[in-house]
Amino acid sequence: MTSQDNNTPDGEHEHIPFFQRMMDNPFLLLFIGVVMPTVFYILWGVMEIATIPIATY
Amino acid sequence: MSILSKSRICPETGLFFDDQAEKLIKWNAVTGVVFLLVGGLFGVLMALTRWTEVHILPADWFYLLLTAHGLDALIVWIIFFEMAVLYLASSTLLKVRLAAPKWAWLGYWLMLIGAVITNVMVLEGDSSVMFTSYPPMKAHPLFYLGIIVFAVGALIGTFCFFGTLVLAKEQKTYEGSLPLVTFGALTAAIIAVFTIASGAIILVPTLLWSLGYIAHIDPLMYKTIWWAMGHSSQQINVSAHVSVWYLIAAIVFGAKPLSEKVSRMAFLFYIFFLQLASAHHLLVEPGLSSEWKIFNTSYAMYLAVLGSMIHGLTVPGSIEAAQRKKGFNKGLFEWLRRAPWGNPVFSGMFMSLVMFGFLGGITGVIMGTEQINIIMHNTLYVPGHFHATVVAGTTLTFMAVSYFLVPVLFRRELWLPGLAKWQTYIYAIGVAGISVFMMAAGTLGVSRRHWDNNFADATLGFDYPAAAHMFLALNGISGLMAGLGGASFCIIMVGTILWGKKKSDVPASAPAPAPEPAVHQAGSAGTIAVPGTFVLALIFLGTFILYYYVNWKYLAEVWHLS
Amino acid sequence: MAIHPPETKIWWKEPIHSIEIWWVLIALVWSLIMFVMMPYWHIYGNQNLSNEAYRVDPEYFGEKVEDMVKKYTIREEGDTGIPVVAPPVGSDVFLLARLWEWYPILELKKGKEYRLHLSSMDWMHGFSLQPTNINLQVHPGYDFVVTVTPTESGKFAIICNEYCGIGHHTMAGRMYVTDK
Repeated sequence: MTSQDNNTPDGEHEHIPFFQRMMDNPFLLLFIGVVMPTVFYILWGVMEIATIPIATY
Repeated sequence: MSILSKSRICPETGLFFDDQAEKLIKWNAVTGVVFLLVGGLFGVLMALTRWTEVHILPADWFYLLLTAHGLDALIVWIIFFEMAVLYLASSTLLKVRLAAPKWAWLGYWLMLIGAVITNVMVLEGDSSVMFTSYPPMKAHPLFYLGIIVFAVGALIGTFCFFGTLVLAKEQKTYEGSLPLVTFGALTAAIIAVFTIASGAIILVPTLLWSLGYIAHIDPLMYKTIWWAMGHSSQQINVSAHVSVWYLIAAIVFGAKPLSEKVSRMAFLFYIFFLQLASAHHLLVEPGLSSEWKIFNTSYAMYLAVLGSMIHGLTVPGSIEAAQRKKGFNKGLFEWLRRAPWGNPVFSGMFMSLVMFGFLGGITGVIMGTEQINIIMHNTLYVPGHFHATVVAGTTLTFMAVSYFLVPVLFRRELWLPGLAKWQTYIYAIGVAGISVFMMAAGTLGVSRRHWDNNFADATLGFDYPAAAHMFLALNGISGLMAGLGGASFCIIMVGTILWGKKKSDVPASAPAPAPEPAVHQAGSAGTIAVPGTFVLALIFLGTFILYYYVNWKYLAEVWHLS
Repeated sequence: MAIHPPETKIWWKEPIHSIEIWWVLIALVWSLIMFVMMPYWHIYGNQNLSNEAYRVDPEYFGEKVEDMVKKYTIREEGDTGIPVVAPPVGSDVFLLARLWEWYPILELKKGKEYRLHLSSMDWMHGFSLQPTNINLQVHPGYDFVVTVTPTESGKFAIICNEYCGIGHHTMAGRMYVTDK
C-alpha cells in the first residue's frame, strides 16, 4: 500500500484503520469488485451448467 | 494542480473545470440526451401499441422498435451520461486535469460509432432480436459488433476515470480520502469494468457464431453470462445515480453526509455484492441449483439491499440535517415542506429517490425472491419494475442534475425556466404510471415483449381479464405523459445550449467563491438528529414488509411445484 | 460536503448518530429475514422449482413426446387436429415448445402429481400458464423437470412469454385439468 504514503506524508498512515485504508485504494476495490461476481456468479454458474447430466430416460 | 492544460474555475459555483474534461462532459451528456430522445420516442410507441384499443404499430415494427428502445434508453443514453458523471466526479471534484484526454475522446467516438452501427442494424429490420439477443435467434453480425465497439469505448472512458484518480493522488490535488460522490462514481466504474468484461466474454463468441466461425452457442450459458453484463449495466446506473443524489444534496443544500463511514460502507456493499443480482433473470431456468440462485439473487444475504436502504436514509437525512441547521426545525417535516420544490434540480432528485425506493426497490427485491419469481418472470411486471429503477431512478436523476450542469457548462441561462419547473413533475407522474400499471398488468399475467394481448391470430386463443386491458390503457396514457415530460426536457436542454441567455464571463483567474457549505461543521456525531427522515424510512420499511408478504400469499395460491 | 474530501482525516473512527445505527440494524435484520424466507419456503412451502434438469437432444425429446402422444391421446381439440393427451397420474409428461406452438395439449387430474418435462425444439421460449400465472423458461437442448400438482380444474392457456420471432404472439397452447 505504498500509494497510501502520498496521502499521509507525515507517516501517520499506521494510525489509519485497516478498513479506511482499504476503501481509499481504488484498485484493491476494483479487484474485489471483479473477483466476487466472477467467482460466485459466473464460475459457480458455469460449473453448474457444464455438469448438467445427459438425459438417459 | 494541472500545469499543461487549460482550466477554469466556474465563477458561480466555484467548481473546477479542466478544458478537455469540460468538453468531454458536454459532448457525452449531449449525445446521451439525443439517444434519450430517440429511445424515449420509441418507448411512447411501445406504450401506445400495448394499449389494446390504440395498438398503433404492426407486429414487425413493434418488435423492431422494442429492440431499439431497450438499447437506446437502457444502455446508450445512460452510459453516455455516466461517462459525463465519471469525468465530473474525477476531474472536476478532484480539481485535476483529465488523464489521457485523447483516449477519452477515442472512447467517446467508439461509443458513438458502435451505438450508430447497432441502431442502423436494428432499424434495417434484420436484427429484431430484442436487447437480450438470446441465441439461437440470430442477429446481423454488425449488431453484435456495434455493441462490442460501444463497450470498448465505455471501457476506455472508465479507465480514464481510474487514471484521473491516480493523477489526482500523484499531484496531491486533494487531501485524505476521495469525496463521497467520487467514491460513489468509483463504485459505478468498478461495476462497469465487470459489466464490460462479461459482455466481451459472451458477445465476442456470439459475433463469431453469427459469422459462421463457431457452430453452436449454448443458450443457457449465453443467458447466464449475458446477464452478468445486462443486469450489472443497470447496477452501474444505481451507483451513479445514488452518487448524483449526494451531489445534488451537496449543491442545493450544502448538505454533508451524516456519516462518511456509513455512506461509504453502503457503497462498499454495492462493490462487493450488487453484481451478483444478475441471477434475478435466471430464477426459473433449468439446471442452475437453488443454492446458486438463492445466494446470488439475494446479493449474498441482501447485503446490497442493506446498502440501498442505508442510502435511502442518509441521502434525505443529510438534506434534513442541512435544512434544520438553516432553521427549518418545526415538527417532523418542515425541512421537507420548505425545500425548494420549484427547483427542478431538487424536485427531480427527490422524486427519483422516493420512486426508486418505493416503486423500484421494493418490487425488485420481491421479484428477485427465488420462488416469487415464478409468478412474475417475463410478465409485464418486469418492465414495470425496471422503469421505476432505471427511468424514475436513473433517468430522472440525470435530468435533475442536467438542470444544474448544462447552464454551468455552457455558461448560459436555462431556457424556458417556467417549463423546467414543471417538467420533472410531468415526467415523474408519467413514469410512476408506466411502472405501476405495467406491474398491475403483469400481476394479471400479461407477458412482456408481446404484440397482441388479444391473441387474435393464435389457433388456441386466450382472454386476459378485462382489468388487464384497462391497466394497459392507463399505461398508454402514462406513456404519453412521460413522453411529453421527456420531450420538454430535451427541448429545454437544446434550447438552453442554443438560445439560452449568455452568462457574463468572468476571467478564470478571478478569485473563486468556494461553494460555502451551509453545514460546514455539522458533525456526524449527535449534533443534528433527523427524526423526519427516520419516520419516512420506517414508513418505507412497513410498506416493504407488507407488500413482500402479500406476494408470498399470492405465490401460495398457485399450483404445487416441486 | 459530499463533493469535498471528508473533513475528518480518520473518518472511520467518527462516532455515528444513533438514528443511523438503529436504521442499519433494522435494515440488516430485515435483510436476513428475507434471506431466510427462501430456504424456509423450500422446506415448508409448496411452490419450489426442482434442481432436476438434463441436457437433451431436441430430436430425442421430440420422440419422447410422440411416444406419449401415441399411447395416451384421448381426443383431438375441436377442428385444430391438435391431440389432447391424458397421461397416467404420476408419470413423466412431456411438453415441447417450437415456433410457434406448444405441443401437445395435456389433460391432467386435479390434486395429482405429474413429472412435467419442458424443452424447446428451436429457440428459447417461455412457459406461462394462465390465468394461474406460473412462468418458467424453456431452453432448446435442456429438459427442465418440474413436478406439478394442479390445485384447480378447468381450461388453462399456455402463453409463450419469451420473445421468439415474428409469430411470438400467436404462440398459445392449452391445458386441461379435470376433477376426476
